[in-house]
Amino acid sequence: MNKIIKLTGALAVAAGLTAAVSAQAETFRFSFQGDVASMDPYALAENFSNAFHSNIHEPLVRYDENLQLEPSLAVSWKLENPTTWRFTLREGVKFHNGNTFDADDVVFSIKRAQADGADMGSFVGGIADVKEVDARTVDIVTTEVNPILLNTIAPLVMMDKQWAEANGAAEPVDLNNNKENYSTLHANGTGPFKLVSREPGVKTVLTLNKDWWDMGNQSFNVTDVILTPIGSDATRTAALLSGELDLMFPAPVQDVKRINDSGVAMVLQGPELRTIFLGMDQERDELLYSSVKGKNPLKDQRVRQAFYQAIDIEAIKSKVMRGASTPAGLLLAPKLGGFNEALNGRHAYDVAASKKLLSDAGYPDGFDLQLDCPNNRYVNDEQICQAVAGMLARVGVNVNLLAQPKSKFFAKLKVHDISMYLLGWIPDDQDAGSVIAHLMVPPADGGLAWNGGGYGNARVTELSRMITSETDAKKRQSMIDEAFGLVKADVGYIPLHQQALSWAVRNGVTVAQRADNALQFWYINIK
Amino acid sequence: MISFILARVLQSFVVMLCVAAISFSLFTYVGDPIANLVGIQSSDEKREELRESLGLNDAVPVQFARFVSRAVRMEFGISYQQKRKVSSIIAERLPATLELSILSALLALGIGIPAGIYTALHRESWFSHLVLSGSLIGVSLPTFLIGILLIFVFSVQFHLLPSFGRGEVVQLGFWSTGLLTESGLKALIMPAITLALFQMTLIMRLVRSEMLEVLRTDYIKFARARGLSNRTVHFGYALMNTLVPVITITGLQLGSIIAFAIITETVFQWPGVGLMFIQAINEVDIPVMSTYLLLIASFFVIINLTVDLLYYFVDPRLRVGRDVKT
Repeated sequence: MNKIIKLTGALAVAAGLTAAVSAQAETFRFSFQGDVASMDPYALAENFSNAFHSNIHEPLVRYDENLQLEPSLAVSWKLENPTTWRFTLREGVKFHNGNTFDADDVVFSIKRAQADGADMGSFVGGIADVKEVDARTVDIVTTEVNPILLNTIAPLVMMDKQWAEANGAAEPVDLNNNKENYSTLHANGTGPFKLVSREPGVKTVLTLNKDWWDMGNQSFNVTDVILTPIGSDATRTAALLSGELDLMFPAPVQDVKRINDSGVAMVLQGPELRTIFLGMDQERDELLYSSVKGKNPLKDQRVRQAFYQAIDIEAIKSKVMRGASTPAGLLLAPKLGGFNEALNGRHAYDVAASKKLLSDAGYPDGFDLQLDCPNNRYVNDEQICQAVAGMLARVGVNVNLLAQPKSKFFAKLKVHDISMYLLGWIPDDQDAGSVIAHLMVPPADGGLAWNGGGYGNARVTELSRMITSETDAKKRQSMIDEAFGLVKADVGYIPLHQQALSWAVRNGVTVAQRADNALQFWYINIK
Repeated sequence: MISFILARVLQSFVVMLCVAAISFSLFTYVGDPIANLVGIQSSDEKREELRESLGLNDAVPVQFARFVSRAVRMEFGISYQQKRKVSSIIAERLPATLELSILSALLALGIGIPAGIYTALHRESWFSHLVLSGSLIGVSLPTFLIGILLIFVFSVQFHLLPSFGRGEVVQLGFWSTGLLTESGLKALIMPAITLALFQMTLIMRLVRSEMLEVLRTDYIKFARARGLSNRTVHFGYALMNTLVPVITITGLQLGSIIAFAIITETVFQWPGVGLMFIQAINEVDIPVMSTYLLLIASFFVIINLTVDLLYYFVDPRLRVGRDVKT
C-alpha cells in the first residue's frame, strides 16, 4: 500500500505543480530492453544506467545535445597546477529533499565512487585526492597529468552526503553481507527529475523537480516519466504502435520499416558512438582453433590485410544492418574526441587483392580458423559474424563460427582464449586516448586485457603514454592521428561500423537524440 | 496416512536436493557473472577481487554446500544484478505469477472439462466438431506466437487491451494484486488466455476420451438399463470415474503452468518470477537462478503430494486398499 500511497501522493503534488509550471501534466512513458541496474548511481558503469541517473543526479560538468561539455554543478574550473583542478560550485543548488549542495557533497561522492562495491573505477580511478577548499570550492588532484579530466568525470553524478549518511547508504552495497542498501531503491539528487517509485525490472516513476536550478534555460514540458523495461522485441514494438508508449529503444532492426509505415510512430536513427570491429590473435606463436599448426598466420600483416579486404562492408550495411550502420575506418566514432575524418577511410574491398595477399603470405588455399562472437550484445552481432564468415570463405578461409551469449563470450575474451573475435567499444570518457590505451597496447607492455588479440606496435605504445599526459590539444591530436595511422597500416584491427542508434518515437513527441544514446528527459516535448 | 505423508515429504527433500545439485552444476556453463557485475572498463584486479570475495573461485561442490547450508536457514543471498535480497525480490514477483497461473488453471478447467463432457456426449454435433478442430490450434501453435497474435489483434489493431505489464496493482499486505483494478483485470486477460490455451485443449481432449471410454463400460449400460436418468449416469457415474487421470494431469500441469509461465511472461512483460528468471539468466545472476529453481521444484513437490492425497478422496478403491491393510 505504501508504494501506491506514495505514488498517488506524488502524482497529486505533480499535478499541483504543473498547473503553475505549464498548461498540463505530460507523462512520458518509455521502454528500454533492460532496466536501470540500481537507483544507486555508482552501482554499475553502464551506458543506460548512467544516462538514466543523469536525469535525477547531476555531474559537475555535463554534455549538451551535441556532446559538448558545459557547466552543470560546477560553474567554472581552472588548472591550479598540472595535476590540480579547482572547481567553483554553483550557488543555491538544492537536493530534492531540500538539503543544500556544497563542497562536502562532492568530496563525499568521489570518495564513495572510489569505494569497494562501486563500479566507477574508470571515472574516478585517476583521482588521487579531493579537497574541500571552502563550501563553494573543490580541488581535484589527479595521479598523473590528465588533459581530459572533464570528460572523465562527466558521467560521475553527485550524491547528497547528509542523506546518504542518515540512511545508511554512505557506502555502496556489499554483495557479501546479505544486507540491502537504502540507495538501491531510493535516490536524492539535484537533477530535473526526482524518483517517485521504483520496482526493479517492472516500473520506475519520476516526477519533475520544479526547483531545478536550470529550469529557466530549458524548454520541455514533460512532468512525469514512467520507465517500463520490455525485453521482448515484438512486445516493445507492439506497445509503441498501440499507443501505450511514447518512446522505446532500441527499435528492433526488423521492425523499423513496420514502425515507419505505421503512421503513428517513426524511428530516429543516427550513428552511435560504439564501434564494432574484428580483433585477431597476434600474440600466440600457434593459432588456437585452426588448421595451421606450428605458426600463427595472423601475425603476418598480409593475412590480416587480406581478411580486411575480403570484407564487403556495404553488403553488411545493406543486408545485415538494413542500412542502420555507418561503415568505419577507425576504432573511433565521429563526434568522439580525437576523431579525424581524413583517417576514417577503409582499406578497399577487393577479393582479388585479398587472394593475392593470402597467396603471397603462403596460404593460397586459405586455412581454417574460429571466429568467436557474442549473440546478445550488439545489434545483429551473430548475423554480422555469419556474413564475415561467408565473405572470408570466398577467399578460401574456412571460418568456424562460435556465437555465444555475452557472459560466455566475454569470459573467453578476457583470457584471450580466442583467435578471432567481434567486439564493440565505446570509450567511457568519449576520447581517443582511452581507445588506444585499452585496445592498442599489448598486455606485455602494460596494456589491458581487452586487447584480446594482443596487438602491439612499439611506437603506438610510446604514443599512448604520451597522449595520456599531453595537455596541448594540437600536439595531442597529431599523436592520436599517428597512432591510428600505424594501427591502420598494421591492420591491428578490422573496424566494421558504428551501429545506428535507433529510437522509435510516437508522433507528437519531439526529442533530442544524443549520439551517446543517452535519453535526457529535459530535451523532450509532448504534444 | 501419517506415515505415507512423512515418507512423501522425505522423498521431496531428496528431490529438491537433487534439483539444487543439478541446477548448480549447470551454472558453471552459463558464463561469468563478473562480466555482468562491473562495467567493461573495470580493472582486472577489481574483477579478481570481486570473484574471490563472492567465492566464485571455490570448487563447485564447495559453492553448492555453501548454497545449501544457507538455503536451509532460508538465506538466499543478494542478487548480483539488483543488489537486493533474493527472498524479497521473489516475494515481490510471486503474486504476479501465482495470480496468472491460477487464473489460467481455472480457465483451463472451467472450459476444458465442460467442453470435454459436451464433445463426448454429443459426438456428432457440428459444435463438437468445431470445438475439436478449433482446439487443434491450441496444441499446435507455440505459446509465444499465440501471445504475439493476441497482442497484434487486441492491442495494436483495436486498442482494447494493454500489450504489456500488469496494469495498476493494489497492495494487500505482502500480496500485490491486479484483480481489484480495471486496468489490472484488463492486463490479465490476454496472458491468462495464452497460458491456458494449451492446458485447456489438453484437459478437454483427456476428459473426452476418458468419458468415451467409460461410457462404453458395462456398468454404464446397467445403469441405463436400470432406468437412471441421463444426468445421473453421465455426471454421477461416468464423470466421477474419469476424474482420477484428470486430477493427475491437472496437478502436474498446474506445476508446469507456474514453471512455464516464463514464455508468456516474457511476451507480455508480465512482472512475475518467470520473467525474473529469464533476466537472471541473461545476467548470470546465480543467487536468483538457484533460488527460483528451488522454488519451482518445491511447487512441483507440493502439488504432487496434494494430488496423491486427492486420489484418496476421489477413488474409493484406494481407501478400500487401506482398510484391508489395517
